[in-house]
Amino acid sequence: MKTQKSYKTHFLVLGILLLLSFLLNVSLGSVAIPFSEIISALFGGETSKASWEFIILDYRLPKAITAILAGGGLAVSGLLMQTLFRNPLAGPFVLGLSSGASLGVAILILGAGIFGGAIGGLLLSSWSLVIASALGSFLVLLAVLSVSFKVKDTMTLLIIGLMFGSVTAAIVSVLSYFSNAEQLQQFVFWSFGTLGNVSWQGIFILFTSVVIGLGLSIISVKPLNALLLGENYARSMGINIKKTTLFIILATSLLAGGITAFAGPIAFVGLAVPHLTRQYFTTSNHLILLPAVLLSGAVLMLLCDTVAQLPFTEYTLPINAITSLIGAPVVIWLLVRKRKMLF
Amino acid sequence: MKNNKENIVIEASCLNVGYITKKKNLVISEGINFSIKQGELIGLVGTNGIGKSTLLRTLAGMQPLLEGVISINGKTLNNISASELASDLSVVLTETPASQNLSVLELVSLGRHPYTNWVGSLSENDQEIINTAISSTKIEELLHKKCYELSDGQLQKVLIARALAQNTPIILLDEPTTHLDIFHRASVLKLLKKLASKNEKTILFSTHEIDLAIQVSDKMLVMTKGNTFFNTPDNLISQGCFNDLFPEEIISFDTHLKRFVLK
Repeated sequence: MKTQKSYKTHFLVLGILLLLSFLLNVSLGSVAIPFSEIISALFGGETSKASWEFIILDYRLPKAITAILAGGGLAVSGLLMQTLFRNPLAGPFVLGLSSGASLGVAILILGAGIFGGAIGGLLLSSWSLVIASALGSFLVLLAVLSVSFKVKDTMTLLIIGLMFGSVTAAIVSVLSYFSNAEQLQQFVFWSFGTLGNVSWQGIFILFTSVVIGLGLSIISVKPLNALLLGENYARSMGINIKKTTLFIILATSLLAGGITAFAGPIAFVGLAVPHLTRQYFTTSNHLILLPAVLLSGAVLMLLCDTVAQLPFTEYTLPINAITSLIGAPVVIWLLVRKRKMLF
Repeated sequence: MKNNKENIVIEASCLNVGYITKKKNLVISEGINFSIKQGELIGLVGTNGIGKSTLLRTLAGMQPLLEGVISINGKTLNNISASELASDLSVVLTETPASQNLSVLELVSLGRHPYTNWVGSLSENDQEIINTAISSTKIEELLHKKCYELSDGQLQKVLIARALAQNTPIILLDEPTTHLDIFHRASVLKLLKKLASKNEKTILFSTHEIDLAIQVSDKMLVMTKGNTFFNTPDNLISQGCFNDLFPEEIISFDTHLKRFVLK
């Protein structure tokens, strides 16, 4: 009898999808560039126009890489949260994690103006943005978690997550009231969510925080599987709950916090992708689900970004709007089809 | 082997169980003494709220012990690490698995957790033990069902199979017969009886099915307000332990029929 099914074909399909959506993503944009030129630019060859090379290598490629990191990372953080809270509706956005990250960034950008220019300028490097955002989401997650030990009810927890979101939103509006127009604009643009403004140095930082987050998740694969039975069963199988919880929280805040710092709050990817992946991979084993969710998240984000780019026009839509437009119907579809949401 | 005095697996002396709150210790039940030998099937009975689950959780190390000593295989419970305890003792709890999306096979395989490597991959030996657990609980035809598709009786068997896959000498079960009809209650208890007598497992289960527990248990632990009795069912009956378990105006224990009758 075979206990562990092999998912090689599933992963092959996902891999091909990722490659195709990556190529689609870099091929389409406001400027039409022939496909052969794109391939040539990607592999370090010459392009007919120098501007094309610049567009591809310094704009579209970093954007596509950011999309892969952000989509994969957010989806994995959603998977971790759903298992940690044993709640199918958990996700970085719903539980106020992204609002926490927003608060961190808001305090940094808007607070910089209030607390004086010199320190402000020093604070606004990419690293401090990441740290502020990760710290914000970490604190909110800790708060939600400490409450979740007291209330066992799913709905209560979600409402509390929403309340945290409202509180952080309120603090952000107070901060914006006292800050100048330029900073406010900077923050508003950040909150729209964008994948396009990340420099190669930023990508390096994002990559580092995503890799550390993923590493912590990989170490936690076995305890995560045990948690599927509930905390008491996990403990009875020798799992150290405190350590596991800490690892998962750290991983989620690094993933969601780091990504939110660079790409802004992006809705629904964390919530919807794990559910979609479970439809395709009929397993609950995190050893399979983790890489599957990572790949699916990356594919979905690349596709969303391709749409947000509004190919052949000069306009770019906020990525957050597109993921919500696609994600919300997916969640509704899952609920209607299965009558209830399972994780 | 059964009557060998050296094979005491669980020993409890002067236990106080309950909860630790910030201000004080809330004692649910006190002065519990018993010693369980290998291969014994022990039924734990008592009214709602008397502390049966609390006792089981304390024995499983999920809840701190307020006072007294518990020793598992001769070692004090407090000195056993969580991972070591996981190979001594497995549990079947009243809570349903948190993820309803788990397949039966996945759920049973999780029982091997204390023995697998850091990603939880199963060796051939693990597979064999899983297969044995599946065949002794007769759940072969359920393997690819998801948890939410199972009836209460099926789920109970699957959870027992998971505990068997953990392959521990001791199994603790918290109300394994709740929500089951009389046939399934009987078949679960029969299964436990078989595991205790054939596989030499030491099994402690709490239940509200006092009549059935009297028929199936080697010994019983009866928790009442202020006192806990531990003896064979027949001795407990002749001592009259069951007579004042419940208020007498509605239900009383008939010592000849060995069961409760309505008044």
